[in-house]
Amino acid sequence: MAQRIDVKDLNIYYGDFLAVEGVSMTIDPRSVTAFIGPSGCGKSTFLRTLNRMHEVIPGARVDGSVELEGVDLYGDDVDPVAVRRTVGMVFQRPNPFPTMSIRDNVLAGVKLNNKRISKSDADDLVESSLRGANLWNEVKDRLEKPGSGLSGGQQQRLCIARAIAVKPQVVLMDEPCSALDPISTLAIEDLIQELKKDYTIVIVTHNMQQAARVSDRTAFFNIAGTGKPGRLIEMNDTATIFSSPAEKATEDYVSGRFG
Amino acid sequence: MTTTDSPPDARPGPARAPARRRRRTGDTERGFSRVFRWVATGSGAFLLLVLAAVAVFLVARGLPALTASPDELSDRGGLPTGMDSLWDLVGPLVFGTLLAAAMALLLATPVAIGIALFISHYAPRRAASVIGYVIDLLAAIPSVVFGLWGGRTLAPVISDVWVWVAGVLDVLPFWTVEVTNTGRSLATASVVLAVMILPIITAVSREVFLQTPTLHEEAALALGATRWEMIRTAVLPFGRSGVISAAMLGLGRALGETMAVLMILSPGILYSFQIFDSGQQQTIAAFIASRFAEASGLAVNVLIATGLALFVITMVVNMAARAIVARRKEFSGAN
Repeated sequence: MAQRIDVKDLNIYYGDFLAVEGVSMTIDPRSVTAFIGPSGCGKSTFLRTLNRMHEVIPGARVDGSVELEGVDLYGDDVDPVAVRRTVGMVFQRPNPFPTMSIRDNVLAGVKLNNKRISKSDADDLVESSLRGANLWNEVKDRLEKPGSGLSGGQQQRLCIARAIAVKPQVVLMDEPCSALDPISTLAIEDLIQELKKDYTIVIVTHNMQQAARVSDRTAFFNIAGTGKPGRLIEMNDTATIFSSPAEKATEDYVSGRFG
Repeated sequence: MTTTDSPPDARPGPARAPARRRRRTGDTERGFSRVFRWVATGSGAFLLLVLAAVAVFLVARGLPALTASPDELSDRGGLPTGMDSLWDLVGPLVFGTLLAAAMALLLATPVAIGIALFISHYAPRRAASVIGYVIDLLAAIPSVVFGLWGGRTLAPVISDVWVWVAGVLDVLPFWTVEVTNTGRSLATASVVLAVMILPIITAVSREVFLQTPTLHEEAALALGATRWEMIRTAVLPFGRSGVISAAMLGLGRALGETMAVLMILSPGILYSFQIFDSGQQQTIAAFIASRFAEASGLAVNVLIATGLALFVITMVVNMAARAIVARRKEFSGAN
């Protein structure tokens, strides 16, 4: 239920504009990898190339390769829809479907993937996914209520439940706590520790303490100036990045001297 | 002094001057906001007043027809021969109006939703704007032109289609389908009505679909939705109440449309589902238009009473639409 990601020499373009240049990295299964860096350095853009969500923006394209257990996500016969079923995503702001109940939100992805599911299987899946997202006890009595009635933190955990209900290999999280209060943030961080037993987790965060708390490995991205492409500066074990980074820029960033 | 509408000055100056200027600006803004409030309130009240005036006119002038005796109605009321109460006239007219509008809506709404989705989510940007422009042009064609086109060009052509459709439907055991060779039937009128209400439904639906939050679209795509599945899970539920409003706007126009129906339909005042035959139904608006010029005395009151019926129908349709929209407010995404 967790797979390894290999990225080789990836360039990301928006039209003619080179947004991110020359990223190579390996992301281990059953681990949490954090991307940190100043705004606009391309870490979210890069995250989106891991499940081809950047293709939603017209003109966005990549060259280089992203391999999931040796299979190139950008191969000719690979359907982006299939990629996104294997590599799930949680967004910056909680986005449950407002017209659906909590239960239907959890089942949304499953109903897309294999149209028919029996009532009892669906009930089991709703319960296991919500338990997996530490939300079951809070919502088990109101599964038919709209998901938009939950608090922000609960909505975000509902989105995580929705993402893991389709049983992905990898879960990408794009600043999942940036719209949440500290208590809800803590709940999500605890949940990430649980989830890494089963999934490969990649998280983008602006919060360096969060990266230090939740991740096993950390990648630091930076940008030389406006209009220049973002680059991967260094990637290492989180403890090393925060105590003795190899690059001066990394040290300046994690010690709070810029960014 | 400086003008009062200039923004607070950023340059350092005498300490007193900015303070005085700020107070003046505040006064002006307060005055402006008061004026604006009265203008807005006045506009709202004026709207209600106009509506009330129309309702009062319809009731006051329609009342003589409602209270007249059957003899008076058939003598001076201009009722068609064989009718001895107002309801004999208004009933079939209401039926014809609703049937024509419902068929037009049934034809137009799916097409309009399809066009709106194509423009908002499928077409390349340049093609989308061209198509949107063409659809808007449809709205600029006067209804009398639609009437001419429908009666002169469409009716003879489409009558062949109706003959074929009637032949197919004739298989049904409970319905003997009559069909005219002239094409001047309610079915033809409904097709033209559908073309006429297409632009408004398309335009409103397109705007609603474009407003679907990117967050929800991305949520669906990230779960592995194809484009159609994304539309089904994110766009359509979000746009549902907007599409209903759009359809109701179209229905309102279809209910009240006069010229096109008048010029296409060969009328009759019957409760009849023979939509492919001529001389079966008539709509209220077309009926009033066809009679008003020569009506006098009680006959005018009769026509105004039928107008009152149309007014009530339109009100009920709009209220029903609002009720549908409000019923699932909890799930609408507004919170």
